[in-house]
Amino acid sequence: MTGKTMLKIEGLAKTFTLHTQGGVSIRVFDGVDFAVGSGQCVALIGPSGAGKSTLLRSLYANYLPSAGRILARHRGEMVDLVRAEARQKLEIRRETIGYVSQFLRVIPRISAEDLVAEAAVAGGAAPQAAIEQARGLLQRLNLPEALWGVPPATFSGGEQQRVNIARGLIRPFPILLLDEPTASLDADNRAVAVELVREAKARGAAIVAICHDEEVRDRIADDVFDVSSYKAAA
Amino acid sequence: MNGALLQAAAVGHIYNGGQVGCEDVSFELYPGEILGVVGESGSGKSTLLACLSGIIRPTSGNVRFDVAGQGLKDVFGLSEPERRMLMRTDWGVVHQNPRDGLRMAVSAGGNVGERMMNVGARRYDDIRGAAVDWLERVEIDPERIDQLPRTFSGGMQQRVQIARILVSKPRLVFMDEPTGGLDVSVQARLLDLLRGLVRDLGVAAVVVTHDLAVVRLLSDRLMVMRHGRVVEAGLTDQVLDDPQHPYSQLLVSSVLQA
Repeated sequence: MTGKTMLKIEGLAKTFTLHTQGGVSIRVFDGVDFAVGSGQCVALIGPSGAGKSTLLRSLYANYLPSAGRILARHRGEMVDLVRAEARQKLEIRRETIGYVSQFLRVIPRISAEDLVAEAAVAGGAAPQAAIEQARGLLQRLNLPEALWGVPPATFSGGEQQRVNIARGLIRPFPILLLDEPTASLDADNRAVAVELVREAKARGAAIVAICHDEEVRDRIADDVFDVSSYKAAA
Repeated sequence: MNGALLQAAAVGHIYNGGQVGCEDVSFELYPGEILGVVGESGSGKSTLLACLSGIIRPTSGNVRFDVAGQGLKDVFGLSEPERRMLMRTDWGVVHQNPRDGLRMAVSAGGNVGERMMNVGARRYDDIRGAAVDWLERVEIDPERIDQLPRTFSGGMQQRVQIARILVSKPRLVFMDEPTGGLDVSVQARLLDLLRGLVRDLGVAAVVVTHDLAVVRLLSDRLMVMRHGRVVEAGLTDQVLDDPQHPYSQLLVSSVLQA
């Protein structure tokens, strides 16, 4: 049911060394191997602290892995995100890998619709078309129209989360990373978010998701990957 | 890869007394890219900025800039007039203190118009029109175009300075603590304005600051400096969220969460 390999993780390890805490090392995971194909969604599972978010952040080059490779299909070639130049990492983020984080990073004075549109413009969309598209997405996610022009700093958790989802899904990224995309949403909005993720899969996105909600997980994921079984051996 | 706008190769500057300003700094900056440089006072970031922007000559290494039509040229190999011309047209420096970047005895509009004349504008209407347009873009009431910057608040002066620099459509802007000395609310407004302008115009920038929030918002890439050397470099969010070097970890963990 899945197409071409879009993301291939090989021998990935992450250890945090806390120099300000006497150099203590926290080994999170080691030897992580898995691949995600086009149109496939892999859900990361494991108890809190197992390293799901650390793994997901590593896949976005937000955390620096200690060993291993993250091969992402970018412009038709498999590129190792761990060793890519900073500039290429930025290009991969603009064109290839989208990320919906758990919390929205609010920028002072930038309205919700601009924040969403900006993600599309960064990927090359025309500004006016991007705004239209942003509004369409916010409408689908039932964000009240009165809020579109307002900076999201004062929004509720669920409202911010919907802005975040719109921002992550406005571009047809070939690879999507979702960190608890539905955690603070009510049932109706959860259903919309699930629908959007399923549409992304249908157009061929390779997805890695963290979601504790089993019902959502069952509806979007094809496979699960248990991060806790890769706990670094001492 | 080709197409770098600015290239620093093992740039170092040791002052006459033997004091190390900066040492062995190398990086490439591409069009439209924003590089942040952070570090505490005395870490060498201002010395580095001065070397990069042609103000002080490095005592080792070299700085090369993609001069229009000529490819990468050693900035300190240019003649004095050539370097001055570069500073007035292709480059812009946003000083921490707007008084260093503005002519205080010339009106706000004159400050903006002067840079346009440097790049060849001659018609009064064009110059005045552009000055009005730019003052509006930096959110200054065009009614105040004929007033002296002395009568403006610090935040407004900083915005006039930014208009003065961006009006000539530079390809590279150097910023030294662009929000230093401003109120927090004014800082947020200025940052947001800078962020929008820099992205819309696609100019590249080197931003030196000790404020991590500034680089988080503005820069794509980050270098952390200590004792004149770069101790860590990478994507801004990676360096801030997963710092590797002991000093970067200390710097990030020292910020108070508001």
